[in-house]
Amino acid sequence: MTPSPGTVEEAQQPVPTPPAGAATNAGGLGDRHRLRRAKSATSLTPISGLGLGIALIWFSLLVLIPLTAVLVQASAAGWSAYWDALSSPQTLAALRLTIGTAVLVTAVNVVMGTAIAWVLVRDQFRGKRLLEVVIDIPFALPTIVAGLVLLSLYGASSPLGVNWANTRVAVFLAFLFVTLPFIVRTVQPVLLELEHEVEEAAASLGASRLTTFRLVILPSLAPAITSGAALSFCRAISEYGSLVLLSGNLPYSTEVASVRIMSSIEGDKLTEAAAVASILLVVALIVIVVLDVISRRVARYA
Amino acid sequence: MSIKIAGVGKRFADFVALESIDLDIATGELTALLGPSGGGKSTLLRIIAGLEVADSGSVEIEGVNATGLPAQKRNVGFVFQHYAAFRHLTVAGNVGFGLKVRKRPRKEIAARVQELLELVHLSQFADRLPAQLSGGQRQRMALARALAIEPSVLLLDEPFGALDANVRKELRAWLRRLHDEVHVTTVFVTHDQEEALDVADRIVVINQGRIEQVGPPDELYDHPTSEFVMSFLGPVTMLNGHLVRPHDLEIETHPFDNAHRGRIERFNRVGFEVRLHVRLTEDETAPPALVTLTRAEATAKALDTGVPVWIRPVAGASQVRITAPAPTSAESLDLSPADSVPQPTFT
Repeated sequence: MTPSPGTVEEAQQPVPTPPAGAATNAGGLGDRHRLRRAKSATSLTPISGLGLGIALIWFSLLVLIPLTAVLVQASAAGWSAYWDALSSPQTLAALRLTIGTAVLVTAVNVVMGTAIAWVLVRDQFRGKRLLEVVIDIPFALPTIVAGLVLLSLYGASSPLGVNWANTRVAVFLAFLFVTLPFIVRTVQPVLLELEHEVEEAAASLGASRLTTFRLVILPSLAPAITSGAALSFCRAISEYGSLVLLSGNLPYSTEVASVRIMSSIEGDKLTEAAAVASILLVVALIVIVVLDVISRRVARYA
Repeated sequence: MSIKIAGVGKRFADFVALESIDLDIATGELTALLGPSGGGKSTLLRIIAGLEVADSGSVEIEGVNATGLPAQKRNVGFVFQHYAAFRHLTVAGNVGFGLKVRKRPRKEIAARVQELLELVHLSQFADRLPAQLSGGQRQRMALARALAIEPSVLLLDEPFGALDANVRKELRAWLRRLHDEVHVTTVFVTHDQEEALDVADRIVVINQGRIEQVGPPDELYDHPTSEFVMSFLGPVTMLNGHLVRPHDLEIETHPFDNAHRGRIERFNRVGFEVRLHVRLTEDETAPPALVTLTRAEATAKALDTGVPVWIRPVAGASQVRITAPAPTSAESLDLSPADSVPQPTFT
């Protein structure tokens, strides 16, 4: 096993072994699991009932009720108003740009994030600790600061000699910046957990490194990659602060959904804002579900 | 010869794991690499498998020079102590992995997997995930997976080390039977001398990167050539500057030829066996000699604590002269009677 930071050491333990030997014993395992699940669905102990209650209230107050309010707001003026709000060419263009760029950024992140996680786990190099910290900066930085950084780097007075202000590249860069850590951080612990022996086993069975990656490593990483991708996508479609400075918010060109929502609100068109928001919500849900399905398929039929 | 190892050496930084090992392993043989942990036996096994690269020397498998071959091309089955199961694949998927990599037709894979699962008695678990199996079952799955590619040699690295005592005994008896059925050249690493004596056709004792002795179990037990082999393979005690097995000591309550005089200091019965600590009159400062005999013998000779006795090795007893101070043998005498086997305490 490759040396790894102590914190993840516990996670490397193999799955607990059921009581040894008895084949009959193992036969009952599945049943026991089902039994436990069935039981917990119907009867709760007072403590776990209380816990569930608190969790649900908390979740409702913070998430469910506000989300419902958005939907109510969106439908307040009736279906035709909702439809009008969405079918405005400017809104459609904004949604198309947001979702399209988010998909692209997520695809880039799937490759780059996995690669960065791989390097961080498998390679020893100077400055590794530093890189570990730097990766999290997009998490920590207020996004408007990120916007400022991007503006000074790629804006009109760019020291690099590029001017990406008021272009779609700005949107792409801003999305990339804020979503970088997600896949790195979800893949890294899983990669640490992978036993090196599993790869050796695959090698002794005749698998090339590429085959081992495709048939053994990738399926093990798939759940982490997809959940990171889902986070990354959802973060991207909701991004505002980091792109608002550099992208110029030009209607039909660089205006994204969140900016569109903002301008609707400023124009006192709450229904329109809520309608766009509801679309983002639905898209996010679809992406999460789709990625979950993909993850299961990859893990299953590698 | 199925495996020919010549002059293989390996160091990890300053640590010498193996010093120029020469070893031939015959086709169809079941060989144990026995020795204390850190002695280099696992490294040797991994070099045979191609999972580790030797600094010097060569490895030949089935007449092919494999020294520069990667693990993928050696056609070697390897079983790991901690199973190294592919967790996302079912038992059948695990077993069929090597064949899938070899792009065999689906039908052929299914048939072969079925056959192997029957061989390791896991047919009814084909669709389970490894996490749903017990340790013993997982190791049998790993064995079937290694056998699936019809390896020229099967290598097992402490295969039963992670299992509890009963399962371990069961599995090693089963491995012996399996080997008699399949007849693939097999090398397994163990630090458990009982396991090696029980299962192997031939034992290679490895200590501190060197081969101490090679031979069939009986020969090693009866004619050890060094103190290390003598004390690693079974219980020993010291008498007259020699290491001797406690059950090879004759004991009487009256003087007889060449016998050493002493007194029974401690009388311990453990099941069918009686263990005596005999303090020798000639050297009261030396640790007492350990004598084991059956309960019936002890009763017949009316042995008990404080009784004066005479002891000597039986004719033909294996003895090794002590050259250096012998820590293992001396320590074994201070042990509780429960473990008469001096296990070097490496961890």
